[in-house]
Amino acid sequence: MTDVTRTLAPSRPRLAGRLKLALCIFAFMAVVPPVAHALGEPFLIVVATRMMIFAIAALSLDLILGYGAMVSFGHAAYLGFGAYAVAILSRAGVNDLFLQLLAGIAASAVFATVTGAISLRTRGVYFIMITLAFGQMAFFFFVSFSALGGDDGVALTARSTILGMPWLQGAEGMFHTTLALLVLAFAGLYRLTLSRFGRVLTGTRESALRMQAIGFRPFPYQLTAYVIAGCLCSVAGVLLANQAIYVSPAYMSWHRSGEMIVMLVLGGVGSLTGAMGGALLTIALEEGLARFSEHWRLGFGLILVAVALFSPGGLAGLLRRLNLTRDPK
Amino acid sequence: MFNLFLLQLLNGAQFGILLFLVAAGLTLVFGIMDFINLAHGVLYMVGGYVMAMMMGATGNFWLSLAMVLPLTLAVGLVLELLVFRRLYDRSHLDQVLATFGLVLVLSELVRILWGSAPLSVAMPEMLSGSVPLAGPMRYPIYRLAVIGLGLAVALGLWFVIARTRVGMLLRAGAANRSMVSALGTDINRLFMLVFAVGAMLAGFAGAIVSPILSVDPGMGDSILILTFVVIVIGGVGSVKGAFCAALLVGIVDTLGRMFGPIILKSMMDPAAAAQAGRTIAPMLVYILMAAVLFWRPAGLFGRTVAR
Repeated sequence: MTDVTRTLAPSRPRLAGRLKLALCIFAFMAVVPPVAHALGEPFLIVVATRMMIFAIAALSLDLILGYGAMVSFGHAAYLGFGAYAVAILSRAGVNDLFLQLLAGIAASAVFATVTGAISLRTRGVYFIMITLAFGQMAFFFFVSFSALGGDDGVALTARSTILGMPWLQGAEGMFHTTLALLVLAFAGLYRLTLSRFGRVLTGTRESALRMQAIGFRPFPYQLTAYVIAGCLCSVAGVLLANQAIYVSPAYMSWHRSGEMIVMLVLGGVGSLTGAMGGALLTIALEEGLARFSEHWRLGFGLILVAVALFSPGGLAGLLRRLNLTRDPK
Repeated sequence: MFNLFLLQLLNGAQFGILLFLVAAGLTLVFGIMDFINLAHGVLYMVGGYVMAMMMGATGNFWLSLAMVLPLTLAVGLVLELLVFRRLYDRSHLDQVLATFGLVLVLSELVRILWGSAPLSVAMPEMLSGSVPLAGPMRYPIYRLAVIGLGLAVALGLWFVIARTRVGMLLRAGAANRSMVSALGTDINRLFMLVFAVGAMLAGFAGAIVSPILSVDPGMGDSILILTFVVIVIGGVGSVKGAFCAALLVGIVDTLGRMFGPIILKSMMDPAAAAQAGRTIAPMLVYILMAAVLFWRPAGLFGRTVAR
């Protein structure tokens, strides 16, 4: 008997198209540093690094939100755990990136397991709100953490080292490390979502009841996805702290969580390429509009409202409709 | 000690009443339309700014307050017509995207129109004194008036919801929207009404709080999240639940900030207690909410129907 989860895999052509698009994005990002130098605008490398850091965060959220239909409104908390892992360890004299990653991931795993197990008792709007509550708890914990600057945050003395080497100190080292981690995160999630685990998760998204009927208990799958997403997001947090050389509770405010959902919806929920594209676009828009005017939020907000009203499914939906009109078959 | 407790209890009640005014409209929008509206806090802010603007123009508190009501009602109607109406049958995620965008747009518009600096609104002459509370403590009349006004609004809402035809439709709509629609009620007009009145109540709350707190572009954000907490604790769609939960959240938050450190100090050394108190006090309402949802996943007054 074949595994029933096989029938839950997405169609091959669409998958291949998405993968091709993702590879195009990676290739495009890879040529940013030389192009930025050629244009005499090295600032672009920093912007591109930020874009990719948030792409990692958006990918992690897409696993639970897009593939598991768990709308977490507290995902920025994990960004904060990663960032504070850097701040706390570097203060204790531990500057190695891998140890900091490990600490951030461990802290996130613990927090995600406990809060995920409680949150998954609720459904729909209540799930959104209880994850928001846990996110706010984490936020206020670090706001009142006066040893680490409290509300104002804390500046780091230097970026982390990799195996004792100061590879992250320059903008390009930071850029390439981030790009490598983004590709790794994408590849890992791509494998994961196509695995048996990923297909069960997708099935749960479509109908938890039917999955139960064919013999799966959704809870362990959902909780595992929730924990993996939290851990991956903390990786983005570690990178964010290193990129800004500064850590503050603002990384984990509900605005940040909302912004992460916005990235996903903008790009297209439930497709890794869409999540990545949405994050890249959101940060690029923010940075671009901010150079244009100090009231950039007005324009950004109008764009969000327009996308929500006129382009359901975000960028991915738009591309799909363009494809349909071009090729009626 | 008892006097201090009484004082903080009143402060908590006043804060709770305010939360209720904002939450009442939002819980109906949530419950009846199954709509996630992140922009509700912005309406509270708009109420504050309209009040400040009217005070600047007329100088009369009561006239300004009376003007806030139709103006915020109009803002609510315009938003409903332009944006919200098209989003009712969309997914929660599209609603989050659109209303998050609206928060950015409206906050930035307010910044452009009135600047980022906080504005203050003068208290009306007749409510500016204070009355003696037990012992040597005195309590500001204005805060008592806010409690009174809020209770009056709550009573009025209860009457409308429990005793009138519109209220009956609202309750039916919260229980089963498609059935109400099938029975021949124009559900879209009902939505519009609920949304506009909710906007007006939030604006009203923003206006009456403006003499106590200052009016600034961030005021909507801080109250929005607490409003969500109130709605979820009370049970989505239940105005009665929102009322009880608002008072609970207001009082727990206020008393927690005041007495948390004092209680902790009796148990551990002062420095650690001060740190722990600062850490736990702002988290208290969220812990309360998580606990409520843990034992009652649909809130205190919510129906346990799977959506």
